[in-house]
Amino acid sequence: MYANHKRIAFKTIVIKEIRRFSRIWVQTLVPPAITIALYFVIFGNLVGRRVGDMGGFQYMEFIVPGLIMMSVIQNSYSNVVSSFFSQKFQRSIEELLVSPVPNYVILSGFVVGGMARGLAVGVIVTALSLFFADIQIAHPLITVTVILLTSVVFSLAGFINAVYANSFDDISIVPTFVLTPLIYLGGVFYSTQMLPPFWQAISALNPIFYMVNTFRYGFLGSSDVDVIWAFIILGVFAVSLYGGCIWLLRHGTGIRF
Amino acid sequence: MKTAISIKQLCKTYDNGFEALRGISLEVEQGDFFALLGPNGAGKSTTIGVISTLVNRSSGDVEVFGRNVDAHVYETKLDFGVVPQEVNFNLFERVEDIVITQAGYYGLPRSLAKERSDKYLKQLGLWDKRRDRSRSLSGGMKRRLMIARALVHEPRLLILDEPTAGVDIELRRSMWDFLIELNRQGTTIILTTHYLEEAEQLCRNIAIIDNGVIIENTSMKSLLAEIDSQVFVLDIPESELTRAVLCLEEFNARSLDDQSVEVTVERGGSVNSVIVRLEKVGIAVSSMRNKTNRLEQLFISKVSNNE
Repeated sequence: MYANHKRIAFKTIVIKEIRRFSRIWVQTLVPPAITIALYFVIFGNLVGRRVGDMGGFQYMEFIVPGLIMMSVIQNSYSNVVSSFFSQKFQRSIEELLVSPVPNYVILSGFVVGGMARGLAVGVIVTALSLFFADIQIAHPLITVTVILLTSVVFSLAGFINAVYANSFDDISIVPTFVLTPLIYLGGVFYSTQMLPPFWQAISALNPIFYMVNTFRYGFLGSSDVDVIWAFIILGVFAVSLYGGCIWLLRHGTGIRF
Repeated sequence: MKTAISIKQLCKTYDNGFEALRGISLEVEQGDFFALLGPNGAGKSTTIGVISTLVNRSSGDVEVFGRNVDAHVYETKLDFGVVPQEVNFNLFERVEDIVITQAGYYGLPRSLAKERSDKYLKQLGLWDKRRDRSRSLSGGMKRRLMIARALVHEPRLLILDEPTAGVDIELRRSMWDFLIELNRQGTTIILTTHYLEEAEQLCRNIAIIDNGVIIENTSMKSLLAEIDSQVFVLDIPESELTRAVLCLEEFNARSLDDQSVEVTVERGGSVNSVIVRLEKVGIAVSSMRNKTNRLEQLFISKVSNNE
C-alpha cells in the first residue's frame, strides 16, 4: 500500500472514530463534564475549604490537574475499548480486516480516536475548572507532553481490553475494578507525602501516580515524583503496549478465527 | 488461461477441533463466474474466510491473480471484494457513509470515493436511501449495500457468500442481472449459494464441497451432462389424459392430476420426441416444465454418495 493510500486510510479511521463519539456527545462528552464539575463543587469548594493547603497549594488548585488527568485517562480508554469492541460485536471490524490497511495504521487510527475524545473531555474539564480556580501552567511543554503520552498509553490499553473482550461485561470490568482504584489511589486528591512510608512505597508501584504527579508538576511546578523517571515509565508503557497491540493484530487474536 | 484464485492443499481446523477444510485444492480462472456449492457446514464460508484473510488457515497456500496472499498481502487485498453471508456494517451509520468509508480504507481520495459511492448506490437501487441510517434498510437492501461496499474499490474479483439469501424472487432476478453484467465487464465472480437454480443460471464452472473436501470440480455443462434422466410435467386437456398416458408408455408416463402427465426422458433422449408423439395422435400440450431443478438432482446425489 502506498504512503498516500495509508494516509487516506488513517484519516478515514480517525474521522470515523471522531464522528462516532461526536454523534453521541450526550453520552460521551457531557457525563464526564458533569461528574468533574461535581468534584470541583463538592471536594474542591465545599470540602476543600476545610482541608486548607495541600503540598503548598490551595486544595482546589491541587486537585485540578489530577481531575483533568482522570478524565483524560478514563475517556481515552473507554473510547477505544467501546468502539473496537462494538465493531467486533457487530462484525463491522471485518470491513477493515479485509481491506489492505496495515495493522499499525488500524491501531494508530483507533489510538488517535481515543486521544481525541480524551483530550476533548480534558479541554472541557479545564474550561470548567476556570470557574473554580485560578489556573497557571508552570511548564506548558511538560503539561502537553504528559497528557498526550498518557492518552496514548490508555488508548492502547483500551485496545487490548477490547481485543480480549467477549461481552459488554468484559469491557467494564477493567475500568471499574482496575482503572478507577488506581486513579483514586494515584494521588489525585492527596499528596502521597501525607502517607506513612509503607503506603508511599505501595503508591510508587502505581503507574498512574507518576502520570498524575508529572501532570501536576506541569501545572504547579511541584510534584511528588521525579519527572524524568515518570517520562521513562510512560515511554516504556507506551512502547510495550504498542508492541502488544501489534502482536495481537498480527495473530488475529479475538478478531480472526 | 490465467487464474484468479489458486488454492492448494488448504486445511483449517478450528480451536474447538472441528476440521472445516481437509486439504482442498481449487483453481478459478480469470473472468469466470464460479459456483462453490455445498450443504450447511461443508466449508464454503471457511474457504471464503481464508481467501479474504478473515480466517487463519492451518496449512496450504492461496494465490490471488498469481500472487501469494502472505507475501503480497496488500496487493492481493486490493484485488478482491467480499460480500459476506451476515450483515457486517455499522447499523447506526448512513448508507452513503458506509460505502465512502470503505473506499477510504482502500486509499481512494474523498472525491473519487463519493463518485464511486454514487455510481454503485445508483446501480444497485439504493440512491434514494443514501442518507438513511443503514438499520432502516430492508433485508434485500442491506445485501445490496454490502455489494456496493465490496465494489467501491473496483476489484478484479468479487466473492459473494450467499448474496441472495432471504431476498424475494424479483429482487433476486435483478441482482442476477447486475452480477451477469459485472461479469461480462471482466470481473471474476465466485458465488456460494443455497439456490441451485441461481448457480445453474449464472455460473460457468462449479465446485461442490462437502465435509471439507471438494467432491466435484468441473464446468456446469459437463456436470449437467451427467444427469441420467429428467422428469417433465406436461399440461394437457382433461379429456385427453388417459390417451396421453397410454401413448407415452415408453416414457414411464403417469397422471399427476386431472390435467397433468409426468414423463421421464432418459439421457440421450429428447423432450421433443414426447411432444411429437402427442401431436401425432392429435393431443395438444398447453405447457411444460422441468419437475425438479437439474442441478438440485445432481447435487443431492453427489452429496449422498459422499456420505
